[in-house]
Amino acid sequence: MLDALTVTVSVAALALAAWCGYAAYRDQPTKDWHFIGMAVVSLLALVQLVVGIVQLARGEKPDQGAVIFVSYLVGALAAVPAAGFLSLAERTRWGSVTVAAGAVVLAVLEVRLHDIWGG
Amino acid sequence: MSEPVAEEERNRARTRLVKGPGLLLVWLYGVMSVGAVSRSVYQIATEYGRAPLAYTLSAVAAVVYAFITYTLVRGGETARRAALVCCAAELAGVLVVGTWTVIEPSAFPDATVWSAFGRGYLFIPVLLPVTGLLWLRKARRG
Repeated sequence: MLDALTVTVSVAALALAAWCGYAAYRDQPTKDWHFIGMAVVSLLALVQLVVGIVQLARGEKPDQGAVIFVSYLVGALAAVPAAGFLSLAERTRWGSVTVAAGAVVLAVLEVRLHDIWGG
Repeated sequence: MSEPVAEEERNRARTRLVKGPGLLLVWLYGVMSVGAVSRSVYQIATEYGRAPLAYTLSAVAAVVYAFITYTLVRGGETARRAALVCCAAELAGVLVVGTWTVIEPSAFPDATVWSAFGRGYLFIPVLLPVTGLLWLRKARRG
């Protein structure tokens, strides 16, 4: 369950990064559709956080400790919304670049999460 | 207090550093701050004895990142200069610590944020100060 979610979130994050990167390439700011995309990715990260906590509550132990695991889950949830808020204030291509960077950060966090869980 | 109007005008004239490429820079510095601060707090709190040098250096890096993020968000000429100095210090830190970890890995039982020039962080630690210095020089006119 957790592995499947990690892969799904990673793929969604990279797709979002490519999409916003394309917007930046075309010299466009983030638009409504991009924000819907960010919402979808954030929702997936939220589901992952909940599932992760449920797994911990069931007594499963991440390889590198529960504190690190939960910190990364929270970080993964925060990454894209935080970048999205920044892009609201910057109505240029640089807002799109920032969201793309946020999505890449999320993908990297997913790889780390996989290591921390011990997959 | 004596001249509120002049004060307000000065604030308006304050160089905005968070605009255009500056936004991306603030975002990356923010991410590095959160990452480095939480990492070093955790490491120093739980396993400081294992690699004191590495964890202390990580904590120094965390403080530098947090301070640069603050100056960038604050804006203004003084903040710009302070950020410029810190980016230079950061670059020096990455290069010194990076070289040190490569030459003498035995001094570092565990990695620091700046180990091997920030390889664990996609080399962002070595690229960020260079980008920062370029942006801050350019932003002087802004």
